[in-house]
Amino acid sequence: MSLVQVEDLSVRYGASTVLSGVSLRVEPGEIVTIVGPNGSGKTSLLRAIIGAVKPAQGHVIQGSGVKIGYVPQKLHIDETLPITVSRFLKLPAGVSATEIGRALTQAGAPDLAKAQLSQLSGGQFQRVLLARALIGKPDLLLLDEATQGLDQRGSASFYQQIEHVRQDTGCAVLMISHELHVVMSASDRVICLNGHVCCEGTPAVVASAPEYRALFGTGTGGALALYRHEHDHGHDHGDHDHDHPEAAE
Amino acid sequence: MLDDFMVRAALAGIGVAFAAAPLGCFVVWRRMAYFGDATAHAAILGVALSLAFSMSIFVGAMAVALLMALTVNILSGRGYAMDTLLGVLAHSALAFGLVAVSFLSGVRIDLMAYLFGDILAVSRVDLSVIWGGAALVVALIGWRWSALLTSTLNEDLAHASGIDPKREQLVLTLALAITVAVAIKVVGVLLIAALLIIPAAAARPLSRTPEGMAIAAGVIGMLSAIVGLRAAYALDTPAGPSIVCVAALTFLATSVLRGFRPQQ
Repeated sequence: MSLVQVEDLSVRYGASTVLSGVSLRVEPGEIVTIVGPNGSGKTSLLRAIIGAVKPAQGHVIQGSGVKIGYVPQKLHIDETLPITVSRFLKLPAGVSATEIGRALTQAGAPDLAKAQLSQLSGGQFQRVLLARALIGKPDLLLLDEATQGLDQRGSASFYQQIEHVRQDTGCAVLMISHELHVVMSASDRVICLNGHVCCEGTPAVVASAPEYRALFGTGTGGALALYRHEHDHGHDHGDHDHDHPEAAE
Repeated sequence: MLDDFMVRAALAGIGVAFAAAPLGCFVVWRRMAYFGDATAHAAILGVALSLAFSMSIFVGAMAVALLMALTVNILSGRGYAMDTLLGVLAHSALAFGLVAVSFLSGVRIDLMAYLFGDILAVSRVDLSVIWGGAALVVALIGWRWSALLTSTLNEDLAHASGIDPKREQLVLTLALAITVAVAIKVVGVLLIAALLIIPAAAARPLSRTPEGMAIAAGVIGMLSAIVGLRAAYALDTPAGPSIVCVAALTFLATSVLRGFRPQQ
């Protein structure tokens, strides 16, 4: 049974339609990445899944008993609000200290329980958000551009952490990412979104789809080449320039 | 003991500070500092209406403050920033209130009394209204505390935890309306906002958790009421403003204290 199933979903803000006729499902244990240009409705899709926006049409079906952990795009903590990491992790329902320790360790930030939230670095903050999402032992993790504002090393290690989490807990991951080289190396499936689902499939299939190329240009060929390069697949991609992956964005 | 007007005044001040502390923290965290002003200005309209229809002032102020809270809740997130919305509503409510007062022929009301309040004239009935309202507000905030805090941190996180941030905002605005309605006679319109914000701001440098900040704000607010009244008695100064002056000096002291300490 699918963890979550989106059927013919449309989302409108006022007069503008940001998503129309989107269908997708996430199966247990898989990592699915959503890519798409700015304004393509990626965040709206995740917000519809957690129930923060009401669909204008279609619906979101959550498998029975499926727990979702959500890591938001950005979270601004007002300097006037004093709160420690462990207090933050206890919200809204009380959680034991051992549970907090476990989630922080899983998220790769074991020493931060007593730190003030407003004093964390970008990378630490994302790990704390990840820990919060892990607290309910979710079956599905939703990540909305979780590495925004991190440098390349920071985001690479963050995605490694996600991979570890999946290995440890077996949870599925549905994430939005701009970093195409990471997407291509870490995902089981890629969904290319631009108001509707342009194309989807394994990273290799999506990267060679004309719809995807139309959106992201040929720079992504480099991203895919980098992916294959890193994985020693040895396919014939010699005639591609190894474009810097950022050029694809 | 309640026969002494100073004791009644102190109890009234403590009651208002008690309700204003947790509420003031949320007002500061959510950057709604103008909300106290807006609701309080709207309450002037309520005072005018209650005189026109010879209702109790508490009922009139409460009705208009609640209406204001609901309006803000409905209009927020529809294209206007919170401060713009509050600015529009605050000033128009005050203007309509003053115009409404001018229609009241034969009734002279002392607007100054509602702008600055008269804490020294608090009766036993006023005291029970204040403490009843304060207990209600604190119970309401205590009951919704975790949900309110989660929605304040991030609305999407709240949604993901099954909390409706819009509903929590309604709880908060209702609590503010109640506080303004019960406090208007005592501290007056202009000083309600001060009692909401200044103790909470003064508590910030002393706190490491949200709960700690709410408690510290409560202690600062109550001490300001007691010390302010004593000072007013000794120096023959107006009581309400003296309370706010003490709170402001506390804010100054804790801010300086923060300067000497490593940031927490």
